[in-house]
Amino acid sequence: MPSETQEPGRGEALSPERRRFLGRLSIALSAIAAAMVGILVVGFIIGPLIQSEEPVWRQVGAVNNFQIGETVKVSFEDPSPMLWAGVTSLTAAWLRRLDAERLVAFTINCAHLGCPVRWLPKAGLFMCPCHGGVYYADEQWLQGRRPAPCSNIRSACATGRWRSWRVPFPSINQPGAGRWQGS
Amino acid sequence: MAGFIRKILSDAVDAFEERTGLVKFIGDIARHPVPPDTGWWYVFGSAVLVCFIIQVVTGIALATRYVASSGSAYQVLNYITYKAVLGNLLRGMHFFGASAMILLVGIHMIQVFLMGCYKYPREFNWITGVMLLFLTVAMGFTGQLLRWDQTAVWATVLAAEMLGRTPFIGTYLARFLLGGKTLGGATLSRFLAFHVFFLPAAIFTIVGIHLYLVIHDGISAPPVPGVKVNPKTYRAEYEKLLDERGVPFWPDVAWRDVVVAFGVVATIVALAHFVGPPELGKPPNPSLLANDPSPDWYMLWYYAVLALLPRGMESVFMIAAPLCAVVFLLLVPVLWNKGERHPSRRPWAVAAVLMIVLSIVGFWIEGSKAPWSPKFDAQPLSAALVGTTSPPIVTGAQLFHDKGCEFCHTVDGQGGMRGPDLTDVAHRLSVNDLRIKIANGGGNMPSFAGIVTHDDLDNLVAFLESRPTMTSIPP
Repeated sequence: MPSETQEPGRGEALSPERRRFLGRLSIALSAIAAAMVGILVVGFIIGPLIQSEEPVWRQVGAVNNFQIGETVKVSFEDPSPMLWAGVTSLTAAWLRRLDAERLVAFTINCAHLGCPVRWLPKAGLFMCPCHGGVYYADEQWLQGRRPAPCSNIRSACATGRWRSWRVPFPSINQPGAGRWQGS
Repeated sequence: MAGFIRKILSDAVDAFEERTGLVKFIGDIARHPVPPDTGWWYVFGSAVLVCFIIQVVTGIALATRYVASSGSAYQVLNYITYKAVLGNLLRGMHFFGASAMILLVGIHMIQVFLMGCYKYPREFNWITGVMLLFLTVAMGFTGQLLRWDQTAVWATVLAAEMLGRTPFIGTYLARFLLGGKTLGGATLSRFLAFHVFFLPAAIFTIVGIHLYLVIHDGISAPPVPGVKVNPKTYRAEYEKLLDERGVPFWPDVAWRDVVVAFGVVATIVALAHFVGPPELGKPPNPSLLANDPSPDWYMLWYYAVLALLPRGMESVFMIAAPLCAVVFLLLVPVLWNKGERHPSRRPWAVAAVLMIVLSIVGFWIEGSKAPWSPKFDAQPLSAALVGTTSPPIVTGAQLFHDKGCEFCHTVDGQGGMRGPDLTDVAHRLSVNDLRIKIANGGGNMPSFAGIVTHDDLDNLVAFLESRPTMTSIPP
């Protein structure tokens, strides 16, 4: 029951200390509840950033399938394809057989903004359609917006099969950019 | 009978009103007094809102068919476009609704800026408007990606590479965008969540605040030269104006908004019907390399900026320029929230708008031509254009195509525009200078020393030397 000294409709007031405590308790409980939900939700959304992912080799063909001196496009699957990714899981590399034993692989992504570079066999150049990047046959920078070689695509030759692993994005921050490894 | 039905309806409305108070609430808002003579300049805000409603409605309709799977979305888009009943029209409406929204947001912002409507006490409404501008652009970008064709895939890669240039956190930002280290199954779901849930929720919230502030602070009166905004006296002057000459928003002012809204809806439907949605590109297969990625029209100017900036400025510009634009736009009402409102008394404001608009239009025109891109589809010069059977010249013409020269240079009206037109290069450079230029390159020209043989060089020079003579002979 409201006391006679109180204004109508205000109910029985709690003591100031108790009101302060209950106010702070309510805010603290709300914040903790929001944090519990928020941390889990944000963790799920940013999960791909903190999830470790081992590089996976993909076989792109037997060495003898490639002609000496030719640069050809090889397609292979993403290192972590999801079942519903469809053709999106595919990627490619430019592969060149130098001689009987040596092959090199080059990335398809321009050093500028990652657009797909094309190999012009008669000119011996890689060219980018977006902002006009041009690269020598070893993907060293020749002309274009970003004076840097295209990023490294790691590759290896084992027991007559050529294997490759695609460049993750963003490609510009990858260590060893501009070098290729082969055996 | 009619009276009986009218009484039942009236009783129902009264009962509803007695329990909710919504009829009075909405009526008070609709009839709130606004300054007189606002005219046609004040219709753009509601036009943007109409576009947003069209986007929500058509977006919900499209979502009833869309499948957010990286492997299926392209087929679903094909189905919606070519087989679903009214699918083509709905896609077109969603596309032109987005285009109209971006265009009208820009016009609304320019009108608010030039008329000084952002000044006291409407600073926060400008700030919420700036947020809505960037959210609208983000909706456009994520929407383009949901088309999930080859252009969408490469636009995603491009965005990831641009984000990757952010100092320290670039890699994390790029992978946040992609949903992993590479483009794949997680990417499209991420864009859908942003386009359909996160960004619209943010827009709904901020539009709510934006409209609340319109009611709270009132629609600004049309600017008058010499009448300055003084925060100390503005409220009283505004109240006096409304008391003496204010008019109810509905229908005295709102009819213009409705007329324009009708025009916007009719235009969007007409464009969707007669022009149709943008063509779907090739499938979203990142291993298909023969393509020419370019953004939708509203980002074309930025595509050109990235191509034309001095090389050293590029990374800084990509990250710093958007941030500076956001900070500057947010600071506009903080720095200039009082004084003159009329554009005739604010020449610097008019000049700034003109400069920005002309720059964007200029970059947009360049972006649509993209002269910096090699013209990969250039065909070898025909025998008629070569104009002779002389072996070195014919061989040189073929080499001009095969070695990629023609992708960047025009000769006899055919070829790319990245480098200068070489039709009359023989008038500008001697034979020796031509040989040096081809071998050494220079400027934007690559060195072809290791790419062409001695004989190739002779033939190429013979071909270029022959052009002024051949082009002067009518075919």
